Amino acid sequence: MTLAPPQHTHGWLRLSPMNRRRLDNFRRNRRGLWSFWIFLALFVVSLGAEFVANDRPLIASYKGELLFPVLVDYPEEKFGGFEARTDYRDPTIAGEIEAHGWMIWPPIRFANSTTKLDPPTPFPSPPTWLLSEKQCRAAIVAHARGDAKAIPPGGGSCRDLEPEWLGTDADGHDVVARLIYGFRISVLFGFILAGVSSAIGIAAGAVQGYFGGWLDLTMQRLIEVWSSLPHLYILIILSAILTPGFLVLLTILLLFSWVNLVYLVRAEFLRARNFEYVNAARALGLSNAKIIVKHVLPNAMVATLTFLPFIVNSSISTLTSLDFLGLGMPPGSPSLGELLLEGKSNLSAPWLGLSAFAVIALMLSLLIFVGEAVRDAFDPRKTFT
Amino acid sequence: MSAPLLSVRDLSVAFRQGDETHVVVDRVSFTLERGQALALVGESGSGKSVTAQSIVKLLPYPAASHPSGEVLFKGRDVLKMTDASLREMRGAGVTMVFQEPMTSLNPLHTIERQVGEIIALHGGRAASSRDRVIALLTEVGLADPASRLGAYPHQLSGGQRQRVMIAMALANRPDLFIADEPTTALDVTIQAQILALLKDLQAKLGMALLFITHDLGIVRKIAGDVAVMQKGRIVEAGKTAEVFDNPQHPYTKMLLAAEPKGEAPARDATAKPILEAKDVRVWFPIRHGFMRRTIGHVKAVDGVSLTVREGQTVGVVGESGSGKTTLGLAILRLIRSQGTIAYCGRGLSGLTVKQMRPLRRDMQIVFQDPYGSLSPRLSVAEIVEEGLIAQKTRLNAAERREAVAKALADTGVDPASMDRYPHEFSGGQRQRVAIARAMALDPKFVVLDEPTSALDMSVQAQIVDLLRDLQKRRALAYLFISHDLKVVRALASEIVVMRHGAVVESGPAHELFAAPKSEYTRALFAAAFAMEAEASDVVSQ
Repeated sequence: MTLAPPQHTHGWLRLSPMNRRRLDNFRRNRRGLWSFWIFLALFVVSLGAEFVANDRPLIASYKGELLFPVLVDYPEEKFGGFEARTDYRDPTIAGEIEAHGWMIWPPIRFANSTTKLDPPTPFPSPPTWLLSEKQCRAAIVAHARGDAKAIPPGGGSCRDLEPEWLGTDADGHDVVARLIYGFRISVLFGFILAGVSSAIGIAAGAVQGYFGGWLDLTMQRLIEVWSSLPHLYILIILSAILTPGFLVLLTILLLFSWVNLVYLVRAEFLRARNFEYVNAARALGLSNAKIIVKHVLPNAMVATLTFLPFIVNSSISTLTSLDFLGLGMPPGSPSLGELLLEGKSNLSAPWLGLSAFAVIALMLSLLIFVGEAVRDAFDPRKTFT
Repeated sequence: MSAPLLSVRDLSVAFRQGDETHVVVDRVSFTLERGQALALVGESGSGKSVTAQSIVKLLPYPAASHPSGEVLFKGRDVLKMTDASLREMRGAGVTMVFQEPMTSLNPLHTIERQVGEIIALHGGRAASSRDRVIALLTEVGLADPASRLGAYPHQLSGGQRQRVMIAMALANRPDLFIADEPTTALDVTIQAQILALLKDLQAKLGMALLFITHDLGIVRKIAGDVAVMQKGRIVEAGKTAEVFDNPQHPYTKMLLAAEPKGEAPARDATAKPILEAKDVRVWFPIRHGFMRRTIGHVKAVDGVSLTVREGQTVGVVGESGSGKTTLGLAILRLIRSQGTIAYCGRGLSGLTVKQMRPLRRDMQIVFQDPYGSLSPRLSVAEIVEEGLIAQKTRLNAAERREAVAKALADTGVDPASMDRYPHEFSGGQRQRVAIARAMALDPKFVVLDEPTSALDMSVQAQIVDLLRDLQKRRALAYLFISHDLKVVRALASEIVVMRHGAVVESGPAHELFAAPKSEYTRALFAAAFAMEAEASDVVSQ
């Protein structure tokens, strides 16, 4: 005879009642929920940045052959040219392909590093909707390169010009494309930095809080010494020695950012390690590692999760400010901080600074709203009433 | 005939929570005359404290509301009073003492100031002279009151604090004195003293006493009338003697029958010793100064020896702070100790944590608080099967579930509810789950650390029956730690009385209960069984 009731299979997501209540609390926060969905949409779009803003067509058909230039590098000789990498924006190549087939372009025909040819004004050039008719006509003539057929009848107008929604920066890169790629790199950097530093911080705090005693005391002192080092100077010195790049920056920032969560997690562990159910688990013969993961860590997770969105935010702004100072990503990377810096050096081109500011403000605000909603959802006073 | 001092008619209390309204007190009526004592009895959640608090209108309005009824104090309806007249009534006409003496006094003020304040509030600054405060503190039996005036609450024991609270309540000679479980947080010996004091004062001052408690023994001792509450209603009321001798309502009958009963298994000195402890010591060093030199020790457990035999229970009794719990933890090697501990003849002292682990299967513990000892994040099935996983029993998931179901069924929990979470269970059921967790491993020795103290009286009796039943079926050896001598008597065949970490007296239960040898044990028994305070000074205040 079996006494046990059949176990329900709950699908992949099995939520305890407490977590379900938290999820409901989160859903009830309209602002946080909307921010979450908007952010998620932006993030997913930016993850596929190559398919949204690129200087290569998504699909092309050339002489009956189906090509995927966005995924595959085709040599230019395929289309009658001689370079190793095809420049699909080159009027000659584009004309050749159009003559023997067709091309489907992404909505924005620039990648972050595409230099615009034949600009209507010297770089940084303004958005097309800010150009005068005269400038547009001159640009069309320049673009035609003496080919009279390429000039529309009547000399053309701004509508015939390739649209530049937010203009170009001082190197002739399209600003919209830069923003999309920059958003992606900022968010990814923020997530990875926050994730890795939380993991290290939680582990360190857990060990200190759970075992206590001399271990705790020694590590506390070490962390105090470590966190009183002047971060910025060390960063400047290190970035002079090492070539800054995504991974190098991540590692350098990680050296200091893991400390943030240690105190919090340590305090939670100090509190929870004497709970009766933790003692009961000890009496059952559970190993320390199991007790930490199964019984104590969930207590600390509430505090950690509450903090996490804010850590992501501060990671993003750290990267942005380093880029702004010129200590961050290498030149040519689509970083938002560098765009801000360009905006500062080209005050006559307000579309640079304004658009970078708007995107950074939007990104950080959305994350903060989500973070607030998460914090409120985990608030024990709301959970238990 | 004049109107009674306090007359509660059709009183209801409702609490609003979100969109729902819960009625916690449902049309309660009773009257209380000057010089009389009425006890409101009921288990936790029966609405007795809420009733008492609505008499002085102390509930969190507007979350709380009174859908019906009136509270007439000296002919005036308290529920309709203005804030000003309410303040005038509280502290002068009606006063209240709460359960928790640790938090009822302001920790930042001296006793003199706190007692003086209440006098000044209603009688003017001049009335609150030092002599008056001393007189009050003498009245409530605080030893050496003159030297205690400058003391802060943390310098006093729980019993002394409760005396100060009573002094504050009596300062303005109230007509009605409400005591809301004033002795629940205190040790039995202190409880007996406080009860004696309250009874004495009530007779002397001729005030009315409304006494709220869950303990029927106290009711018999202190109140002439009793009202039994269940789920917000008064189910039976009358003279205490009549109600107790001839209860009409089934709930009252159940409450009266709820005292832990039954005989402990007979003592058998030849049974196989499961656990032997010799001269167990747990000393915590007191460190002082810059170099943290050890200048002395807090002797939490000081040289305790005992033997627990198969199928037998050793009861460890004593007041709070006597080191009972520490002893239990030390024996299971959950805290560091000196002395020898042997399990089935095998010494445990030198074993590492890893070597201890397989033995944990045979030695289990059940804690006092069924709310704290179950992780709120795990389902009951997960909680119970945890030990089975940790002990690497070669069971697959289905077999484990079956073992969990069996352990739950054994302890009287419906196995069908094993996928629910602890908060969906009542206190008694939670304690059964905690016992099931220990029993799932099929242990030989179990430390029961006050397993019944946090439970209602009727549930206590059930848990005691369950424990005895399990012991009989599985030949378990128990180390039963409790301050509740009635429960101990129902389970233990051998008793160890502890005080300040050391053993005062030990021996076979029937001998000890029949003829306690030491003064302290005698005082403890008198307080526990008859609620009588010993005149001698063997127990502290």
